Amino acid sequence: MNDVNQPDIVAFCCHYTAYACSQDLQNLPRLGFPENVRLEILPCSGRISITRLLKAFEQGADGVYVAGCWEDTCHNIRGSQIAKKRVDYVKDVLAQLNIKPERVEMYMISREPNRGFIEVAKEMTERIKRLGPSPLKGK
Amino acid sequence: MIVGERKPIQEIVGMLKGMKKILILGCGGCVSVCSAGGEKEVEILASILRIDRKKGGEPIETVEKTLTRQCDTEYLEGLKDEAGNYDAILSMACGVGVNYLADMYPKTPVLPALNTSFMGVSEEQGVWSERCAGCGDCVLDRTGGLCPIARCSKRLLNGPCGGSQNGKCEISPNVACVWQLIYDRLKGLNQLEKLKDIFPVKDWSSSLHGGPRKIVREDLKL
Ligand code: SF4
Ligand code: SF4
Repeated sequence: MNDVNQPDIVAFCCHYTAYACSQDLQNLPRLGFPENVRLEILPCSGRISITRLLKAFEQGADGVYVAGCWEDTCHNIRGSQIAKKRVDYVKDVLAQLNIKPERVEMYMISREPNRGFIEVAKEMTERIKRLGPSPLKGK
Repeated sequence: MIVGERKPIQEIVGMLKGMKKILILGCGGCVSVCSAGGEKEVEILASILRIDRKKGGEPIETVEKTLTRQCDTEYLEGLKDEAGNYDAILSMACGVGVNYLADMYPKTPVLPALNTSFMGVSEEQGVWSERCAGCGDCVLDRTGGLCPIARCSKRLLNGPCGGSQNGKCEISPNVACVWQLIYDRLKGLNQLEKLKDIFPVKDWSSSLHGGPRKIVREDLKL
């Protein structure tokens, strides 16, 4: 997916937010979920590690995001808040490496059945299209 | 424990210029406990450095290892067959570990990834603060167990300076005046009379002023 129109995005999503959007993840493309976003489902967004976020970039992702529950609705109480701290850590690392910190993001989404899950995937795709391919691409 | 924190990334990047293969060496002791240089931090730093090099089109090979401790001959010896394979060993231990690596491996460049900050406590998750400065001649029996060397900004031994305000040090309202703490504690222990003993001039030769320090215990030597 080196085409700038098709940014390679990895999304680490909490099980609850993902399934709130579509009980059957196979349905996602039909609901408008962008095909360039690769989903990795976690039991809770708080399971995300700094290493996993960094490795996604190392392996060539143009953008990486974590989708978890609203702060006060996390099934595991503080999971999404912990995930946000790790995303912030990676933002700081990217800035120190002169890579745009906007390439990584934390989204907190309602767990009610809704389309927020699809909207953030589209928003991230648009954002990364604007930023262009990762500076690691083709190196 | 010894508390440290990782150096700014660009400072580490600068040290590694031109190198192609490095060993990033964590320590399972103090710096693991304070989340600065243990196995997890080795993995993160290795990834950061590879990203930086890949971006610049000059990849670097990183080997990741974490020893039980880097301040022990026994553990460092384990590197003797491989130390020569690297352009450098980037140590994530405190300065003690970096020094000992350099002592033991004269032919391999050794670099520090951390700033060694102080000897201190873990107050709560993510917060550390200094308690002892390793002066080599402990006076805590006279100060209610609170250290005027490590915790008084001026290292005063006979009560606070004139800048102590409402229990805070004049360098910052966020720093407690340890002499206030010492007073309060001795009062609580009914030992205020201890403050009447004047400290003589402290002999700093047991501290860094006396040159590098060493302890030899004949009872333990083999
Ligand atoms: S090398 Fe430093 S950090 Fe590691 S155990 Fe020894 S004193 Fe602690
Ligand atoms: S008096 Fe010296 S040895 Fe005792 S706590 Fe203070 S610095 Fe450490």
